[in-house]
Amino acid sequence: MTIEKKVTLWIDGVKVTVPEKTTILQAADSININVPSLCYHPDLSVIGACRVCVVEVDGQRNPVASCSYPVAEGMKVKTSSPLLRRLRRDVVELILDNHPQDCQACVRNGTCELQKLAYDLGVRERLFEGERKRFPVDTSSPVHRNPEKCILCGRCVRVCDEVQGVHNLSVQHRGFNNVVAPAHDCKMIDSVCIHCGQCVNVCPTAAFTEQDATESVFEALSNPDLHVVVHTAPAIRATIGEGFGFRPGTPVTGKLVTALRMAGFHKVFDTNFGADLTIIEESTEFLSRVQKKERLPLITSCSPGWVNFMERFYPELIPLTSTCKSPMSMLSTLLKTYYAQQMGVDPEKIFVVAVMPCTAKKFEAKRPEHMAPWGKPYTDAVLTTRELVWMLKCLGVDFHNLEDGAFDSPLGVSSGAADIFGATGGVMEAALRTAYEKITGKELESLEFETVRGVEGVKETSIQIDGLTINIGVANGLQNAKNLLDRVASGEKQYHIIEIMACPGGCVAGGGQPYPPRGMHVLDPELGRLRAKALYSIDGSKSLRKSHENPAIELLYENFLGAPNSHLCHELLHTHYEPKTPRGVK
Amino acid sequence: MSNPMEQLLERREKAEKRLRREKFNAKVRITVGSATCENAAGAPDVFKKVEELIKRHGLKDVTLSRVGCTGRCDMEPVVTVFSQRTTPVKYIAMTPDKVEKVFDSHILKAIPLKDLAMPNEGTQNTDFSEERLWGDARLTDRFSSVFNDVHFFGKQMRMTLRNCGVIDPEDMDEYIMVRGYQAAVKVLTDMTPNDVVNTVTKSGLRGRGGGGFPTGVKWNFALAQKNEEKYIVCNADEGDPGAFMDRSTIEGDPHTVIEGMIIGGYAIGARQGYVYIRAEYPLAIKRLEIAIAAARQAGFLGTGIFGTNWDFDIEIRLGAGAFVCGEETALIRSIEGERGMPRPRPPYPAASGLWGKPTVINNVETFANIPVVILDGPEWFSSIGTAKSKGTKVFALAGKVCNTGLVEVPMGTTLRDVVYGVGGGIRDGKKFKAVQTGGPAGGCLPESYLDTPVDYESLTAAGSMMGSGGMIVIDEDSCMVDVARFFLDFTQDESCGKCTPCREGTKRMLEILQRITSGRGVEGDIDKLLRLGDTIKRTSLCGLGQASPNPVISTIKHFREEYEAHIREKRCPAGVCAGLLTFSIISEKCIGCGACKRKCPVPCITGKPKEVHEIDQARCIKCGQCFEACKFDAVKRS
Amino acid sequence: MRNELLQKEIDKATAVLPEPVVRYIQDCSKKKNPNSHLISVLHKVQDHFGFLAKEHMDAVSILMQIPSAKVTGVASFYHFFNFTPRGKHRVSLCMGTACFVKGAGKVLDKLQDLLGIKVGETSADGLFSIDVARCVGACALAPVMIVDEKVYAGVKPDQLVKILGEYGYNPKKAKP
Repeated sequence: MTIEKKVTLWIDGVKVTVPEKTTILQAADSININVPSLCYHPDLSVIGACRVCVVEVDGQRNPVASCSYPVAEGMKVKTSSPLLRRLRRDVVELILDNHPQDCQACVRNGTCELQKLAYDLGVRERLFEGERKRFPVDTSSPVHRNPEKCILCGRCVRVCDEVQGVHNLSVQHRGFNNVVAPAHDCKMIDSVCIHCGQCVNVCPTAAFTEQDATESVFEALSNPDLHVVVHTAPAIRATIGEGFGFRPGTPVTGKLVTALRMAGFHKVFDTNFGADLTIIEESTEFLSRVQKKERLPLITSCSPGWVNFMERFYPELIPLTSTCKSPMSMLSTLLKTYYAQQMGVDPEKIFVVAVMPCTAKKFEAKRPEHMAPWGKPYTDAVLTTRELVWMLKCLGVDFHNLEDGAFDSPLGVSSGAADIFGATGGVMEAALRTAYEKITGKELESLEFETVRGVEGVKETSIQIDGLTINIGVANGLQNAKNLLDRVASGEKQYHIIEIMACPGGCVAGGGQPYPPRGMHVLDPELGRLRAKALYSIDGSKSLRKSHENPAIELLYENFLGAPNSHLCHELLHTHYEPKTPRGVK
Repeated sequence: MSNPMEQLLERREKAEKRLRREKFNAKVRITVGSATCENAAGAPDVFKKVEELIKRHGLKDVTLSRVGCTGRCDMEPVVTVFSQRTTPVKYIAMTPDKVEKVFDSHILKAIPLKDLAMPNEGTQNTDFSEERLWGDARLTDRFSSVFNDVHFFGKQMRMTLRNCGVIDPEDMDEYIMVRGYQAAVKVLTDMTPNDVVNTVTKSGLRGRGGGGFPTGVKWNFALAQKNEEKYIVCNADEGDPGAFMDRSTIEGDPHTVIEGMIIGGYAIGARQGYVYIRAEYPLAIKRLEIAIAAARQAGFLGTGIFGTNWDFDIEIRLGAGAFVCGEETALIRSIEGERGMPRPRPPYPAASGLWGKPTVINNVETFANIPVVILDGPEWFSSIGTAKSKGTKVFALAGKVCNTGLVEVPMGTTLRDVVYGVGGGIRDGKKFKAVQTGGPAGGCLPESYLDTPVDYESLTAAGSMMGSGGMIVIDEDSCMVDVARFFLDFTQDESCGKCTPCREGTKRMLEILQRITSGRGVEGDIDKLLRLGDTIKRTSLCGLGQASPNPVISTIKHFREEYEAHIREKRCPAGVCAGLLTFSIISEKCIGCGACKRKCPVPCITGKPKEVHEIDQARCIKCGQCFEACKFDAVKRS
Repeated sequence: MRNELLQKEIDKATAVLPEPVVRYIQDCSKKKNPNSHLISVLHKVQDHFGFLAKEHMDAVSILMQIPSAKVTGVASFYHFFNFTPRGKHRVSLCMGTACFVKGAGKVLDKLQDLLGIKVGETSADGLFSIDVARCVGACALAPVMIVDEKVYAGVKPDQLVKILGEYGYNPKKAKP
């Protein structure tokens, strides 16, 4: 083992000792000196492109970019001076000069990093204004791309390459004509994009945003002919509070339910119910495959980003992927079948809204496989967490002071196993709780499967169930998933079951989640940990913690579906996949 | 088995025998310049004609071969006739017809045709003989023995271009005859890598690509890296508009670059070399391919080169039209098959370059100097030049100067000596206005700076830079604001777009310059240009971005009044900026021929035949067609 | 399953590109750092077709297993590559400093006017396309124009009609 060398330097006269190879920006950060930056992102590679983070280093002719410049012994750094203030101001103005001036009307108003920098650095007038780039907005897919607002920081390119391994985005053309786009500048819907929305998350401006569904929801709510129901994904309760100023990791399930009622939804259900149902269906599918020793490993299919990725990049894995619909689609389907029947409502008059942490869910909802026989989708509208936050603000809901409400029955009853779906490893843990008891017929002593918890990219473990060794793989973030799958393909690893979540950290860090508060950033492992903790605490506080013990589920099979994996289950709760073109290159 | 140097010398003997048989022993030896520029001027037809005439007359003792370009570009194609002990005669601007004349007189009757030869003939004795040319003389002496009777060449010192125009670039034996590959063998057999690095350091050789970083220091840094895998790269992505010495060197003497790279590779511990060359240089690529193949065939490249246990090979990688790829980190990205966008340094390529391995990048001219440093010694090399800049520098002299072409002079020669001495002064009796050096990264220097010596420090101190060696002479007919606009247009178009200041800032500077040259400049524009220029200089990611405002800053510094005339008086003193021009007809001179009227595209010229015509200023689009059309100087441009 | 699906894509891509290019890609794939040959491959494809079409680049992406966004990102960065079919004769005008100083700008204006197209475009009759070169290194001959392989030195605007005429220029057909 090599001992880490330390380097001592002075930043603004403050002595600081840091490991060698630390950058000036990181060293400054360690003593709470914030150097303004833009293209820099702590969890992505460093490109040093925007030049906002320049600092002066003694002995250097020109200022250097602190995000990329390594510290050196005895170095003397100045992070602030009249010259630096002017240079940073000018650089940010140059970016603004090629950017639309519609801040007030922009969806990122208030959360835009460029807007904040322009204010902080004192750009109060335009000195160099000239021709501005012109591009149409690409609204072809759930992830909207507006190159006019793009400042070419390249974060989206890096997240798509380095974290997701999708490589859909690249800087195209050259110089002033640079534009971030898919191959051939094609529309997102015609590209290999998997709609995970991580580009939306890391974008400092509104160059990437989600397709807006709020208008259609407002419209439905005001249509007297419609019965409008909503269900919310497990991860929402752990994150929506952030949109109203709560600390990350504050669970706000009760307030969320109340808020949705106030918004005018006729019924407020819980996607958790779909999650519990998924566990029953998927564990049945799994056990049957294990017994027959065929089509293993089984790979989960809850994450629509992963499903898109699989169809484009790993179509050979289609036979291994669970045929279970996602919790959202299961529940939406039941709402227009089972629930409609129970309530005696015309299913075509039911408008189902799903609140999801995810942009890919918008794509999933529109897939032909998820259309009702009358040609309309089972899920009529998908709202991201961010969109719901805005809707509630628009309606003037005083979120802080809301009383706790409870989900409507019966599709609002759920186990703690469902809550943890929102964190990476959660689906696996929920499935294990049920599979263990199904196989052994014995009650689990400890429900917590710690080895699949945590924000690491790839987690592996083996558990013994009745003498049977089950090898488990869990991956989050698609580059991690690729690494894991490639080891499977090479024969290096053999798993029985694999959980894959497209987003790094799972749904709590989905492409539709609130922009993090000050001091935290997208992809921040700490943020993922806090949000996941909220879910685990909800699970821990419940007495019902296993999907198969959910009485509402039992009732559903008894009254409607028959047995798990029954013919009707297959018709309503399962789906199929197809290889998609253009095929992705791994 | 004999040692590598003996083997090489044996090979040289064999080469000599062959060449004597085929080329040198002839009564008359004819060489035809055949670089890209010569070919453009018609060299292929000339070559064919000579070939045909030799055949037609059945001449057994006349030989013909191709050589590279001498650098006397405005007189191409050049045909040189060697006849034993007399100074070779250089025929210029040859055509098949002139070849016929030369043949009839010089070849058949031994009467040289002075009128067709390069002027300044015979002013200096060159002490020419074939023995001297192919013998063991100092490497730099061969060129002079053929060409120094010509004033243009006599003022120069050929070190980089020592073999260009002398040897056949496609015949490795000729390179071997001029002591080719002896430096490489000496290094491989007699010297440790440390010795080589020390020798190069001692010579004071600095990078000729523009930066002027000491080559020995760079090599030493790479040598110190502990890594099994290292690379050496030759930067032949000569992108400066107006500079073509690298093309000429490769087209005229490709083996010297290969030899330089072999030496560099051995010095730093790299077994693989790459030549990154512009795709726009097909002939240079072809000659380099031929040279590499010949070197491989001879065992000079590949495994166990020259019979030693050192392995070294070279691969050619093509550029694809991106100026920024001359920047070394961008070049690395491009060789890796990526967009050529620079990355922040440190780490420097010598520590982490191609595929993260230690990599040394030198340009063509630098490598071409290495064999000289080794064979003629660092002491001799460092005796040429100034205290801090050693050796020679090649310039591509162009623009409004009498003698255009490639010029190689010792460092420290003054700009005046280059422009007036070698270049012969300004063409057409016009007045000198400025000399632009350093390409788009450089600056324009006015007459008061003509005594600046050409070396790295002096040019930088004067507000320009050495760059890769473009030198454009500008006369009174050029508008300096327009020249600045031209360079900004180039830089802006060639900006890779990665960093904000270069991508956005150069665009804004260009817009301001366009505003000024079209008559829409406003008070304060000069200050904005200077402020933006300063921001770009200080914050850009790479050297090219940092240098991009130089043409503007230097022209404002030296020619501010021209900017002010454009902005305040809406006047272009040089009469170049179309937006600021007016065309009018001088009634005394107009004979009413109607030529201007016929050419006018608007049309805005009226007048009956044989009567004075008139231009309607309100409708005139200032295209200048009338000005060009008038044979009586009756159209006034102001 | 895996190989079948991928093989189908590879077969399709193989059919798009000329055989020597496919062989070159296969050779590169056996070398160290195979992706670094992308630019060389694009050169070869353009040499063959005269331009890079979408399907050519997609085929390169599949055969080299380089994401297609990267292939187009690289191709569009380098101005040597073009993405529309070129004219039968390629007129290339040098815009190096020496040529500029000697009036190449005016030659270009006239050329664009005569052919009714801008740089990078192809005339209506498909006969000519205009490119601008960044110094061809023949500065002494400035301004320089190259048609196909032939170099014209010291070109003046009023010589253009004659030069283009050598290649069948017809103003009515070039500019409909």
